[in-house]
Amino acid sequence: MALDCLGVPPHAIVTTGLEKRYPRGGTYAVRGVDLAVEEGEVYGFLGPNGAGKSTTVRLLVTLLRPTAGTAFVAGHDVVKDPAAVRASIGVALQDAAIDPLMTGRELLRLQSVLHGLGRREVGPRSDLLLDRVGLAEAGDKRVGEYSGGMRRRLDLAMALIHEPSVLFLDEPTTGLDPSSRLLLWNEVRRLRDQGTTVFLTTQYLEEADQLADRVGIISGGSIVAEDTPEALKAEVGRPHVHVSLADPADLARALEVAASVGRPTPGVTLECLDVSVEDGARELPALVRVLDDAGIAVAGMSVVRPTLDDVFLQKTGEHLADTDEVPA
Amino acid sequence: MIAPSLALGLRAIRLTLRRPQFLIPLFLMPSIFLAVNTGGLAATTRLPGFPPTTNFLSFQLPAAMVQSLMLSGLQAGIAVALEIESGFFDRLITAPVPRLAIVAGRLIAAAALGAIQVAFFVVGGLLFGAQIAGGILGVLLVIVLGSLAATAFAAIGMAIAFRARQASVVQGMFPFVFAVLYLSSAFFPRKLLSSPADSISALNPLSYIADGLRTPIAFGLHGAPIVEGFAVTFGVIAVASLLAVAGLRWRLADAA
Repeated sequence: MALDCLGVPPHAIVTTGLEKRYPRGGTYAVRGVDLAVEEGEVYGFLGPNGAGKSTTVRLLVTLLRPTAGTAFVAGHDVVKDPAAVRASIGVALQDAAIDPLMTGRELLRLQSVLHGLGRREVGPRSDLLLDRVGLAEAGDKRVGEYSGGMRRRLDLAMALIHEPSVLFLDEPTTGLDPSSRLLLWNEVRRLRDQGTTVFLTTQYLEEADQLADRVGIISGGSIVAEDTPEALKAEVGRPHVHVSLADPADLARALEVAASVGRPTPGVTLECLDVSVEDGARELPALVRVLDDAGIAVAGMSVVRPTLDDVFLQKTGEHLADTDEVPA
Repeated sequence: MIAPSLALGLRAIRLTLRRPQFLIPLFLMPSIFLAVNTGGLAATTRLPGFPPTTNFLSFQLPAAMVQSLMLSGLQAGIAVALEIESGFFDRLITAPVPRLAIVAGRLIAAAALGAIQVAFFVVGGLLFGAQIAGGILGVLLVIVLGSLAATAFAAIGMAIAFRARQASVVQGMFPFVFAVLYLSSAFFPRKLLSSPADSISALNPLSYIADGLRTPIAFGLHGAPIVEGFAVTFGVIAVASLLAVAGLRWRLADAA
């Protein structure tokens, strides 16, 4: 990655104390958000419904004006130079607002003109993107005949028509079937390989884990944790090996011998123990060996690693999947 | 500015043509009114003070035209409100497109559709026995004035939509269209209207637009009503376009 003259990676998105407070009721949708997303990075913005993800995106894409703080996207101030921001970004919002009566190709052509592409570029660029998102054959069909996944893919193609340097994807896979989700994930990975900065909001842990170089966890309008997925999970705790014994009477001895491999604790049932280890996969053979040497029969073993949900639980006291929608 | 305006105009025309539920009432409802009025009220031409006309159908044709154009303006407003509701408007304003192009595109579409609407009633009228007193030049004047009037009504529809934000609210203006129509000289000569409708119609811009359309069809190329019709139409376009742009700015500020 290229560094600027100070030896710092150039940033595609920088916010300082970003805030959105609604006058009615004085509620904060976003409060004191500081972001520094590097160029070419996929930044996952993870949080439950109503946490402030979409409001943050709407602030960054100039749909909303911040009530406090600053935000720069692609080097342009979102308040002072919104036109320059709009020219640099691609946006696929949560609701793919696509005319059902127009064809995919017509919509791509319209989007091309709105982004100032020349007449000669429009046709080839539309064809290329339709092909890339798997809609080459459906390009001349009206969008009303598209499935939800096809609409999302067309939405992504429309956001990419002008080859933006920064792409905002607001919950791009919500409600999609697994194959459509995978197709979108692959496209995001391809964009990262091309050097496009992707700011991706999601409420899916797996999506953030799979795609994001770094993850910001937002709750109640504020960022509560931010790092690489691996570092965030490591912060919560080490992986452990969950062992099920064939005979509950062996538990005391199993706890004793497993101490040579990791830090064992009794499990939730009499025939189980959890052994906290450094890596998981590395210690598994050693643990099998010491239990076998001690003549302890094992019914099952699995490596359990911390998830982003554990991170979310530690930071907010709630499971991501359990959180209710909070009004903005 | 020109390319995005034309592209948005083309999109609006496409969508109107692909929505039969929007398109058919523009032609059907005024045609029904026209048939009922010419069938049942033709004797009114014998009333003292009714201006000499080629025939009553020729006199009533402009009423059908302005009715159709006003409905078209209302539909332009509904379409804008639907774009706000669906989120397409957000997509538009996150693109680096000049804000004025959003209004201009819709007005371009209204002008093109307005010309088609007026031409439909001219052709239909001729088929059923209307005569165009102003000849070919009269037809051209009517099409141009109709197209401009459509632009004015679309601007009013947009101004309402940006404030209302909901298609159902804009749709609720439907009865108002008929109130404005009946309180103008669209259906009957102004001097045959009883008080206070005659006074209101004198202040109603629609009267001048209707008379501007009627004169080349029913009476010939007489300057004053045609000039007044164009002048008032340009005035309404100017005021309504300013209101539409102000409405757009208000909408952008309110949403932010």
